[in-house]
Amino acid sequence: MESAKYVSQKISKTRWRPVSYSSLQQPDIFAIGSWDNEENKVSVWSIGNLGSSGLEDGFEGDPQLICEYEHYGDVLDLQFLDQERIVTVSSTGAVTIFRHDQNSQTLSICKQWARAHRYPCDNAPSTGVACNSPEIVTVGEDGRIIVFRVDQEAVVRVIENADSSTLHAVTYLRTTEVLTVNSIGQLKLWDLRQQSNSPSQILSLSRDRVPLYCVDRHPNQQHIVATGGQDGMLCVWDVRQGNMPFSLMEAHSAEMWEVHFHPTNPDHLFTCSEDGSLLHWETSSPSEMPSFLQGGRNSSMTSRSAMAPAGGIQSIISAWLYGDSSKSRLETTHMLPSQTLSVNSLDMLGQCLVCGTDGEAIFVNRQVPV
Amino acid sequence: MEEVDVEPTVTNIPGIGHGKHMGFAWGPGDILVYETHFKPSGLTPSGPGGSFIHKVRKDEDINSPILRKLFNESHHIFVGLQTIKDDLPSKSKRPQFVSISRNYRSVIRACMEELQQVAAVSTRDTEMGTQYGNQVSILLAIELIWNLCEVLFIDAAPAGSLLLHLLDWVRLHKADVDEKAKDVLQSDSPAEHHNYWDVVVSYVLQGRLEEARQMLVKQATLQPASRNMYKLMDGLLSKMPFYNPGGTQTLTEFDVKWRNWHEEVDRYLKDNTFASNRHLELICKILVGDEDTLLEQKELLGTWYHFLVTRLLYSHPTVKPTDLHYYAQSCLTMFLDSRSVQEPLDSILLAAFEFDIYLVIKDCSIVLNNWWFVAHLTDLLDHCKLLQSHNLNFGSNMREFLLLEYASGLFTHHSLWQCAVDYFDHCPELGRACLELQIERVPLDTERKALKVLRICEERQMSEQVRSICKIMAMRALRNNRLGSALSWSIRAKDAAFATLISERFLQDYCAKGTFSDLDLIDNLGPAMLLSDRLTFLAGKYREFHKLYGEKRFKEAAKLLLSLMTAKIAPRSFWMTLLTDALPLLEQKEVIFSADQTYELMYCLEELTSSIDTAAAGGERPMQEEDVEQTKVELLRLSLARNLAMAIVKEGTVET
Repeated sequence: MESAKYVSQKISKTRWRPVSYSSLQQPDIFAIGSWDNEENKVSVWSIGNLGSSGLEDGFEGDPQLICEYEHYGDVLDLQFLDQERIVTVSSTGAVTIFRHDQNSQTLSICKQWARAHRYPCDNAPSTGVACNSPEIVTVGEDGRIIVFRVDQEAVVRVIENADSSTLHAVTYLRTTEVLTVNSIGQLKLWDLRQQSNSPSQILSLSRDRVPLYCVDRHPNQQHIVATGGQDGMLCVWDVRQGNMPFSLMEAHSAEMWEVHFHPTNPDHLFTCSEDGSLLHWETSSPSEMPSFLQGGRNSSMTSRSAMAPAGGIQSIISAWLYGDSSKSRLETTHMLPSQTLSVNSLDMLGQCLVCGTDGEAIFVNRQVPV
Repeated sequence: MEEVDVEPTVTNIPGIGHGKHMGFAWGPGDILVYETHFKPSGLTPSGPGGSFIHKVRKDEDINSPILRKLFNESHHIFVGLQTIKDDLPSKSKRPQFVSISRNYRSVIRACMEELQQVAAVSTRDTEMGTQYGNQVSILLAIELIWNLCEVLFIDAAPAGSLLLHLLDWVRLHKADVDEKAKDVLQSDSPAEHHNYWDVVVSYVLQGRLEEARQMLVKQATLQPASRNMYKLMDGLLSKMPFYNPGGTQTLTEFDVKWRNWHEEVDRYLKDNTFASNRHLELICKILVGDEDTLLEQKELLGTWYHFLVTRLLYSHPTVKPTDLHYYAQSCLTMFLDSRSVQEPLDSILLAAFEFDIYLVIKDCSIVLNNWWFVAHLTDLLDHCKLLQSHNLNFGSNMREFLLLEYASGLFTHHSLWQCAVDYFDHCPELGRACLELQIERVPLDTERKALKVLRICEERQMSEQVRSICKIMAMRALRNNRLGSALSWSIRAKDAAFATLISERFLQDYCAKGTFSDLDLIDNLGPAMLLSDRLTFLAGKYREFHKLYGEKRFKEAAKLLLSLMTAKIAPRSFWMTLLTDALPLLEQKEVIFSADQTYELMYCLEELTSSIDTAAAGGERPMQEEDVEQTKVELLRLSLARNLAMAIVKEGTVET
């Protein structure tokens, strides 16, 4: 890990700007959102591949601020909609689309839905956003799920009382289905094609009601979902089977704030936590293990998955579903030096990792072994 | 009470008229000040007079965005320092402490460099420029003092290496020589540059003899006539012995060697070897440690402590730590004769040379406008076991007192409060109490923030605070009509009373609407429902009745419903609803309530109506509501009577 860059703001979110998948390019631009400052900001940073091409060992120096824009309220979630647009949700309940103009290197607001999440007589913080351009889905403490379209002023759809407790995160499972997690340990699956205001499926974490704070979907096998919550455990679920988690793994000693599968190499997974740690998880099957335990249609695995028996999708069971059992090997590595304040967010793209902390530091690692 | 050391500074509050009386209230890091109506002859002050409340703060640096990096980064170092085990012998810990001290200083330096850059950019905005300039000079002073304390107290260098460390200290803080040298070397003919000799002499004054020799070579090539003289000087400079703490040479051996060299220099001076070149003669006089010559170089030395170190270098290179204060005092007096006043920095450094740690810390506390420096330095010195048995007659010991001041300041900051928690943790006596008082007052805008605050409290078993924070969140959820959230929060706090209150709200909502809200939560409470009787009733029994009813298991449903009343599980206020729930069961074709059960239901109804009547006698319920209630009761009586009839008939019939 490269050394910390202190940025004088508590960081709630860090996200890489997407790169086109056709090129084998590494990301070089990321956005951060701040929270709990008197004036919060969204800012765009470069890790400096722009001018200095002389150094090619991956340590070109500190991230440099490109541009920033004031953000009303805490940035509670932030996602890139595409290469130049960023969606944020705020503690004021607002949903905002920022545009990063790459010619003038400026940020500006191109659309805003103020008080999208609200109580009858107060603002309700919006806690999560998922994008599937042109569609945007947000969730909030008010228990609403709201669907927007980038090209429409009006809200497309609101699911009132989608949850009686707070919804903490949302992600797309398929183009028409989203998955939410709430503060009583439930995963709810919503089919946006259905007009009813009730979930098509509820999965829950036994009877302990441990609040869940983050969720991510396996990039290739869409039925596999990872979540993390208050007890810092990593849960892997198979939404097709049962309504209990498939495996539970000890991870952090405090709240897990984010979990991310590596977008192109899903044998790797990353989690960060209030306990100040960032973990890199890697499943690998010992060589004598059948190769079909490896993740499915992953391109780097094509040669091996070609050996998989022709028993259809059912037989290709992701190694993640076995957790830390004897059937697969799971290795975890700490990615940060000892740290005390919470790591609130991380993002992984290619070989590059970026994360941000309550200690107002950003860490970038350009050579994660994945 | 201790005496006041210095007259306190007067801060005028703009907007409060002259001669008005002010009221004030202490805050953790600041004071609130307001104008009152107090009249000198009057009886009591009658509250605020002006429409403004002013906030007065001593530690203004806390709001500087660049200094925030200092606070965050040093927080990290501080926490690392606290984890160094106490049981290790102090000898083996010393290198660790020195490296921690260096880490602190490098953070200060990084901050200073950034401030300098910003200050350079913002020269147009004079006010900001001055502010940045001030901060830079404060950081410079802080780093200077810290470095000296590191040499004298933390590293505690013995005679011999002491001087080497002091030389490093001076070189680091008198870096303008390097700037000048760069100018000179980059010019077309360095030897003719107007600053050339200044640079050479400065090098010599700082004991950087290798660099001085390289510069002299340039001059020597220009003056072939005096080549011999330059060669001689070069020889003197190259021969000057420096103590090597890692080598085999003892201090006495070094001393003998140095004295021989010194005598040699002295001989050349007496022989007037360099008399024909005033520059070389000057250097020779410096080498011999001539005080008057040194004092003539005031411009180049800049400060009395540079003078001190140069004087030691060329007269007493084996100075002992205990003798330092003598030389320091005399150098200060010699150097400052033209300036009558000592600056605060001078007396702080002097106190350090006198090894008076307490005076250093005290003076720094008075002079500096932030607590950062004294808190961190004192903490480090305390870890080095240099501050034992110094108790203040207020608060706890000095380390804790200063850390608490600093942490309280951080806690008043909108964002930095999180850093402060670790400082409180490492104040064994009063830290916890302070944290308890402050943590409850953190404004909670979002659940995310509340969760972070809760984690801090739960990790420290601060159950009172956990309850209070959960209650705040539960109240907020309740106000926004989010019963599910409110219940979750009160379950987390194990707050039975509040859970009862919310259960009541659920039941009221049910009475009003006939359906339950938030079933996803209520049906998944698990063991949490045992928190309060009312909650158990709601989420356990009553929901079970609905489930049985929904599954058309009427007999079981009826039995459960009756037992809720007869066993007094249901609150009396809810009986009417329960009886109403019984209506559809009574109206079923098939007999569900037996005769005995119907008697019991009737008894419940009568008990309820009699209590309602007594309540109504003194009450003033609106007529309409009364009517509705009355109709309901009559309907129930009718149904009960009919059911009783059917049940008696059924029970009296022998089935064939």
